[in-house]
Amino acid sequence: MKAVAPKPMPRRFHQASWDEPVIFELSQPGARGVLVPEVEAGIAAEVGDVAAKLPDSLRRKAAPALPELSQIHVLRHYARLSQENLGVDLNIDIGQGTCTMKYSPKVNDQLARSPKMADLHPLQDESTVQGILEVMWQLEQCLKEISGMARVSLQPGAGSAAIYANVAMVRAYHESRGEGKQRDEVITTIFSHPSNAACAKVAGYKVITIYPDADGYPDLEAFKAAVSERTAALFITNPEDTGIFNYRIQEFVNAVHAVGGLAVYDQANANGILGITRARDAGFDLCHFNLHKTFSTPHGCGGPAAGASGVSPALVPFLPKPTVEFDGTRYSLKGDLPQSVGKIRPWYGVVQNILKAYSWIMSLGADGLREVAEIAVLNNNYLLKKVLEIRGASMPYAKGKRRIEQVRYSWEQLTEETGIHSEEMEIRMVDFGMHYWTSHHPYVVPEPMTLEPTESYSQADLDEYVAALRQVANEAYTEPDTIRTAPHNSTVHQTNHEPFDNPDEWAVTWRAYKKKTA
Amino acid sequence: MQIGLIINPIAGIGGSVGLKGSDGAEIQQQALALGAQPQSQRRAALALEALLPLRDSFELVTPPGDMGETVARECGFSPHPLPLPRGGMGESPAPFGRGARGEGETTTAADTIFSAQWMASRPVDLLLFAGGDGTARDISSVVGTKIPVLGIPAGVKIHSAVFATHPRAAGEIAAAFIRGEKLSIREAEVIDLDEETYRAGTVITRLYGYLRVPNLAQRLQNKKAPTPAGEAVRAEAIAAAVTESMQPGWLYILGPGTTTRAIADKLGFPKTLVGVDVYTREDVVALDVSAARLLELLADRPAKIIVTPIGGQGFIFGRGNQQISPAVIQKVGRENIIVVSLSEKLNALKGAPLLVDTGDPSVDEMLAGYLPVIVGYKDKVVYRILA
Repeated sequence: MKAVAPKPMPRRFHQASWDEPVIFELSQPGARGVLVPEVEAGIAAEVGDVAAKLPDSLRRKAAPALPELSQIHVLRHYARLSQENLGVDLNIDIGQGTCTMKYSPKVNDQLARSPKMADLHPLQDESTVQGILEVMWQLEQCLKEISGMARVSLQPGAGSAAIYANVAMVRAYHESRGEGKQRDEVITTIFSHPSNAACAKVAGYKVITIYPDADGYPDLEAFKAAVSERTAALFITNPEDTGIFNYRIQEFVNAVHAVGGLAVYDQANANGILGITRARDAGFDLCHFNLHKTFSTPHGCGGPAAGASGVSPALVPFLPKPTVEFDGTRYSLKGDLPQSVGKIRPWYGVVQNILKAYSWIMSLGADGLREVAEIAVLNNNYLLKKVLEIRGASMPYAKGKRRIEQVRYSWEQLTEETGIHSEEMEIRMVDFGMHYWTSHHPYVVPEPMTLEPTESYSQADLDEYVAALRQVANEAYTEPDTIRTAPHNSTVHQTNHEPFDNPDEWAVTWRAYKKKTA
Repeated sequence: MQIGLIINPIAGIGGSVGLKGSDGAEIQQQALALGAQPQSQRRAALALEALLPLRDSFELVTPPGDMGETVARECGFSPHPLPLPRGGMGESPAPFGRGARGEGETTTAADTIFSAQWMASRPVDLLLFAGGDGTARDISSVVGTKIPVLGIPAGVKIHSAVFATHPRAAGEIAAAFIRGEKLSIREAEVIDLDEETYRAGTVITRLYGYLRVPNLAQRLQNKKAPTPAGEAVRAEAIAAAVTESMQPGWLYILGPGTTTRAIADKLGFPKTLVGVDVYTREDVVALDVSAARLLELLADRPAKIIVTPIGGQGFIFGRGNQQISPAVIQKVGRENIIVVSLSEKLNALKGAPLLVDTGDPSVDEMLAGYLPVIVGYKDKVVYRILA
């Protein structure tokens, strides 16, 4: 007999709320966190006035307007912000579909923080950085095996940077064959990650988009009608952002090859197919991974992520430079690559993330990687069944078919019956310490919700998430004003997004903010 | 602020008993005899519910009885009634509104037209109406683009693009309008088909004009991705893509639509609102042409046809642009058809194909398959066309 009755789900939650100003507003003139010691007399005598050598053009007229704070205030500030947060280390973070928010083991962070790693400098001589070069070379071997590709560049600083690197290689490939001008079109699908269309556009390509066919799969006949001698490449995500696996992917690859175009696989999120399918085995010429999705390095939140671009033998000459080489005894960087697309990111790439991804892969091994995918798919299909039992939820496109590692659901029926929108449900979920993401814009699936449970969560976790979701959906039918006025237990507000569309109102720096609000 | 409300009490009455529309007193009686339930009161109420929290910040103006007052009162409003002409008005022999006329008597299109005209002349800030394509057409005939209008979908035929997706959505847009939120106002097509021939199995639609419809396209959205550029900007991008590709010596036949009109704007040429117009890259050749005139023009010059989906169901031929006849399409050739569309029109089809219904099955067959659709600058979709 338990002394206390079990609590019904979802759990009661209330987030810390500190009403914390931005750090610039906390500044106290004269406050200091660290007092830098004076230069010792002997050193000063030896070196002289170091600043005297600075040219006038580099000298500040006034000191930088940095916030002035003592250590305790800095610590308190960031500790408070960390409490006003959601995420995998606090709760069940399965709502950010397409982003693969898996748990990142802390041991990998410790490795990246160790002095051996943190004290490296990119200008060190190769002979003194054999360790990190070996890690880079080894990770490339792992990703080659996972993708089936001939080489993999670890230089891109993010997933979209990797897609852009792939666009650049596609362009260089066609130019090398004298077809650069002729091939000015890139084809993608509406449910491929939008970075594919965006990167192609940035590189100057015309973009052709393919919609789903009547069954909800990318329309193969439309694709066949779209390919031509003007096609540079197909950029496609599979499974798409809906979680639907394109079972005719081989035919897409064949169709683009038939007209001389290249096939590029967006594997930013490869979590559902790891160890099960390989890009090269389906005939793809290029692919990319986001190390911060499938391979567990933390998402950058706008900071450094890491991408990896894989290529078939024909594309190897165009890889970003430098590449990491191994002659059997020594590791080295090779920059003498005349056909290379050049640098995608300064120095080596984001080596901390490369180390974390390598460590994650090696801790699992080949069987472990496949198990990751199997559990991710199992979790998703368990979640799918539970979510579809909730009144008002549906799963458009490819009706009755299972999904791989994520699902783009629709609350269209709930909205029609209650007037509550998906974005409002999303805000109410925050009152349970959870959240979800709707979809990219424009919304193709009406009233969307994209969930991706990954392999990190237990059945109990998934049940708890569904319990919160069910409660919010019930509220939509029974007490919609509770949702309309949410959040009630969180620091998050109902923000007014309008200023984001008005350049006169938004600011990305404190200085710009002061200027615009002056 | 004043919000007008006009309910067509018999809108949608035919649909529930399979009569394909509700135009004409005989059909309405037939529908009632078959046990049809009027839909428009309930659907108007769904929209009005969203406005209830704001009822002190605007005045609701509505005709008496079933044309608005009854349901407004039921929902908790104290509407300002429309002043009525005593003893009926115009050619309408009956008194005004069913409620005002006594049980069993019906309202007619003339009542809708009178009310809309009165509201446009006042003018109210926004006119809400519950009905279908026929109601939209009646309102458009007297209101034009004078005041913003928004349709609460309640009819059998909803081909016009002036309706919100759902009655609640109409209420939500109206609420945002009353709160003074920035809304884009787009010109939306009013199209209607001839119900008599429709019931006999033939579809003849016409584009009757445009209403100015407030739009909530940029409803609160989280900001993982930037908000897409406004409709006008994207229509201009489409126009830039098309005009850049225009070749000397060719005729360009522009079907009706706001997206095609953006192309004429880009060229600096006038465009008729509901007509088919012909241009070269350098000049206007003919405005508002008939099918016969088009064939004459095509006799000695190559041409391209530029069309955009008309109405909510995705017809690119055979709805509102019948001047581009099967013979014209055949003469121009499939490879010279340019389809342009804002991407949300394709998204709204939810996977359904674009449709053609030219009246000639062999031409429909010829058009079926896949065509590129220009959705932006350097931006195309290859989309399925169904005959």
